[in-house]
Amino acid sequence: MEDSGKAYWSATLGLLTKILIVWFLVSFGAGILFAPALNSIHLGGYPLGFWFAQQGAMYIFIALIFYYRKKMGEIDRQFDVHEE
Amino acid sequence: MELQTTIYLVVGASFALYIGIALWARAGTTSDFYAAGGQVGPVMNGMAIGADWMSAASFISMAGLISNMGYGGGLFLMGWTGGYVLLAMLLAPYLRKFGKFTVPQFIGDRFYSKAASTVAVICLLVASLTYIIGQMTGVGVAFSRFLGVTSETGIYVGMGIVFVYAVFGGMKGITYTQVAQYCVLISAYIIPAIFISIQLTGNPVPQLGLGSNIVGQDVSLLHKLDLVVSDLGFANYTTSDAGGMLNMFVYTMSLMIGTAGLPHVIMRFFTVPTVAAARSSAGWALIFIGLLYTTAPAVAAMAKTNLLRTITPGVVMGNADPYAADSQLV
Repeated sequence: MEDSGKAYWSATLGLLTKILIVWFLVSFGAGILFAPALNSIHLGGYPLGFWFAQQGAMYIFIALIFYYRKKMGEIDRQFDVHEE
Repeated sequence: MELQTTIYLVVGASFALYIGIALWARAGTTSDFYAAGGQVGPVMNGMAIGADWMSAASFISMAGLISNMGYGGGLFLMGWTGGYVLLAMLLAPYLRKFGKFTVPQFIGDRFYSKAASTVAVICLLVASLTYIIGQMTGVGVAFSRFLGVTSETGIYVGMGIVFVYAVFGGMKGITYTQVAQYCVLISAYIIPAIFISIQLTGNPVPQLGLGSNIVGQDVSLLHKLDLVVSDLGFANYTTSDAGGMLNMFVYTMSLMIGTAGLPHVIMRFFTVPTVAAARSSAGWALIFIGLLYTTAPAVAAMAKTNLLRTITPGVVMGNADPYAADSQLV
């Protein structure tokens, strides 16, 4: 039980780390730090850096939360800690 | 019908709806009152979080701020939505798992300390009071416009209405009221945005309209806006970040962390039946919030284009020299 608890926690942390990296890259990375560089690329009428800051980051945030929910559900079932 | 009469009717009807819902969904037990009996589904909870979260700042001021700040205004968009990723993964499921009604209870039990929970109560009061000052100022502005009274009286009227439905319904009544509020709020925001977008770009989806060409011209809306504002001597709309990159970075970070910690949003995760439901409510909440938040930059840029087109028609329509003899400020 002790070991399974540890493994569950490390699986959870692994997932969190992955998601937080993407979270950081799309907002602080593409939306702010690299925005001036990305602005030379265009997405329709949008300069890409501007698009990330005012549109793209938000779409990706939504996707991230649902990805987290799905993966976390799988981890819960794998370690048999799901509720139903 | 007179415009004022129509306004009274529409706003009056929506208040009647909120209070009606509160009476219909009266709280019967303590659990009903604090956590809606823990029986709110994730979609509905997401909608309630959306209405709870998007208040005076998002609804009244955000598009204006972005319009003014240009690209830099994105810090509000990323900051106020990015916090939900933190909330969904780091806070909400664990608080729900614990199965109490409030955050101070959680802190008190977790650290086996009455002192810690007292500190949490004080933090909660400070955060909520600060937040409510801003909200109530917004309520005052909205009501003073609508009723033609001073903004102080407006605040009392607004508080009275909220008081009635909060006391009757508790969290249960508030949840249903907020679902109704979300529907009212999002229609009021999106419908004008759709028509503005059709008029300027011919695209009915504001999020796509912002990236489209101006009707009848072979130039994109944003590029045109950049040209116009730089002609007028301001920084480019799509690159101007008042305060510089570092400022934008830390500002965004602080808004994200603040969002994840707001007491009235965290509260909402106690109202769902399971931990899995807490995780998906955060996702649904962000979908409902994102609907308004991705529309706001379109409203911002289009309003700015429209404003500049109105005051300097030559610049926007023909891209003529704004200082030419025939261009004028009207």
